[in-house]
Amino acid sequence: MQFFLEVLIGGLLSGIMYSLVALGFVLIFKASGVLNFAQGAMVFFAALSLVGCMEKGAPFWLAFILAFLIMTLLGIATEKFVLRKMVNQPPIALFMATIGLSFFIEGLAPMLWGNAVRPLDIGIVDEPIPWILDHWNMVISKFDLFASGLALALVTLLALFFQYTRVGRALRAVADDHQAALSIGIPLQHIWALVWAVAGFVALVAGMLWGARNGVQFALTFTALKALPVLILGGFTSVPGAIVGGLIIGATEKLAEIYIPPLMADIFGGNFGGIEGWFPYVMALLFLLVRPEGLFGEKHIDRV
Amino acid sequence: MIYRETGQFKTDYAADQQIFPIRQDRVGIGILLLLAFIVVPLAAGNYWFNAILIPFLIFALAALGLNILTGYAGQLSLGSAAFMAVGAYAAYNFQVRIEGMPVLVSFILAGLTAAGVGILFGLPSLRIKGFYLAVATLAAQFFIVWCLTKFPYLSNNSASGVISVPNVEILGFTFDTPQSRYLLVLTIVSLLALAAKNMVRSTTGRAWMAVRDMDVAAEVIGIRLMHTKLLAFAVSSFYCGVAGALYAFCYLGSVEPDGFSLDLSFKILFMIIVGGVGSILGSFLGAAFILLVPIFLDIALPWLSALFHLPFDNATVSHIQLMVFGALIMFFLIVEPHGLARLWQIGKEKLRLWPFPH
Repeated sequence: MQFFLEVLIGGLLSGIMYSLVALGFVLIFKASGVLNFAQGAMVFFAALSLVGCMEKGAPFWLAFILAFLIMTLLGIATEKFVLRKMVNQPPIALFMATIGLSFFIEGLAPMLWGNAVRPLDIGIVDEPIPWILDHWNMVISKFDLFASGLALALVTLLALFFQYTRVGRALRAVADDHQAALSIGIPLQHIWALVWAVAGFVALVAGMLWGARNGVQFALTFTALKALPVLILGGFTSVPGAIVGGLIIGATEKLAEIYIPPLMADIFGGNFGGIEGWFPYVMALLFLLVRPEGLFGEKHIDRV
Repeated sequence: MIYRETGQFKTDYAADQQIFPIRQDRVGIGILLLLAFIVVPLAAGNYWFNAILIPFLIFALAALGLNILTGYAGQLSLGSAAFMAVGAYAAYNFQVRIEGMPVLVSFILAGLTAAGVGILFGLPSLRIKGFYLAVATLAAQFFIVWCLTKFPYLSNNSASGVISVPNVEILGFTFDTPQSRYLLVLTIVSLLALAAKNMVRSTTGRAWMAVRDMDVAAEVIGIRLMHTKLLAFAVSSFYCGVAGALYAFCYLGSVEPDGFSLDLSFKILFMIIVGGVGSILGSFLGAAFILLVPIFLDIALPWLSALFHLPFDNATVSHIQLMVFGALIMFFLIVEPHGLARLWQIGKEKLRLWPFPH
């Protein structure tokens, strides 16, 4: 039981990290209807820029701001050179363009900052909290707790922003219908640039946390692959969905990784580790068969 | 003038229904096939066969498979490499486990196995579409590669899942030179390409395109969605499966599950984007293009950096390669969404009018 709880909590906490990346997807999907496959590459680029600026001698806060500026520029450039020219094309073409974008960024980032694996120190150590260890004998990392706190704050902020500000309202309008939004005077291009900047910011926070945990390296691009099942589960358009989806995926993935391989080994013999890689996908897939729009997604009705 | 159709009258149904109704096309294809079957085997060296021609044909076949699914039936898939893996491993197992199994039959069975797996992973397409489906096909990608690594039975109990295939032998003739393997691959690919060309202009192909263009409307006019979509998945996976079997048997000789990674899937996707989504010719053009770009960069980049006295190492080449690939994809999607095949069409239009611009 103790062990189960520990795995569960560890899973939930790492799920929050997935949510962070998923959040970037949701933001862009909400505001432009584009599933941005390059989000993982953006996480990588953001983390690399942060570390790169720090290596050049900038203090953490300055490096953070610089990295944010770089991400904003990247977002604006994407809007200007790619998305703007692809207005009116089918969403799936836009999706393929973002796959291209992710390759481009994956090449560009190490060209600018070098491709060595680098540690990132944000001042919080990845060690168990002594109080919990003493009282409940459970290993819960300080870092995980900090990361989840940050993620929750970010999500709350974004949810409020979407719900209650003028810009947030404009964003939702754009997501509903580009043309209608344009015709009532919402500046589409500004909105898109803004959304990409915000997505860049989320990528930066995600990259900072992931990078501080695992080192800043190319593997950060795979965070996108972790976030996709989260999206499916939570629905592409829902900020809370990203969180709930992340928690579910994180928890089940870790539990499955612990409990299923021994079962399979009993039946087939051999080592069946590493089901983390596909389990979330298969789970999300099965879920889709029951509820195609995800947990919090909008119900889509086909009309002829 | 060069490409003038005037005077080519169709006087019977057979003439009207042939694959290439224009004489120039027929002649062109004839010359191309002659070149491919007779001149190239005589002229090309081993490097050409091993590094360019054989992979080109195999990737073209895989791209053809994906193009049937994505270009014609409109179902985006990011798992084509996984279906190639299924084909490769299935062909290997049929060869190893069944005594005296003819290679060609095991290729076909491998394709059928891949088709079965394709149908399985195509099932979600009945309820979901677009992005959701694209993400769902990732499940196939990760699950299949994992399975091949973890179940030793599938790789005949080899450690880490690497398989080394036996030599291809058909009717007592062993295909052990690059030249003979090239001819084998070329024959299979030509036949399958011909089949695909015919398929997409048949009832099946038109049903696919109807589903692609608007599935609700297609359903309304009486096309069975489930049947059509699953058939597209099956046929597409069949092609990918055969491509995978050829990849293992005629190109690499020994493969490992991790070779069929997501990157390979993306590469095949890029081939159809660059070549032309929804075009048989495009699959070939795209495969050639995506295959040649890295080779070109490998040659051009050191030369360029020497010219400008820039520091240079291999890591940079791979980064530049990624950037070029990414930029190319975006460029094609923006400027020419129908790919290289469309350029060829435009070229034909120009040739029709030549030498007069109007």
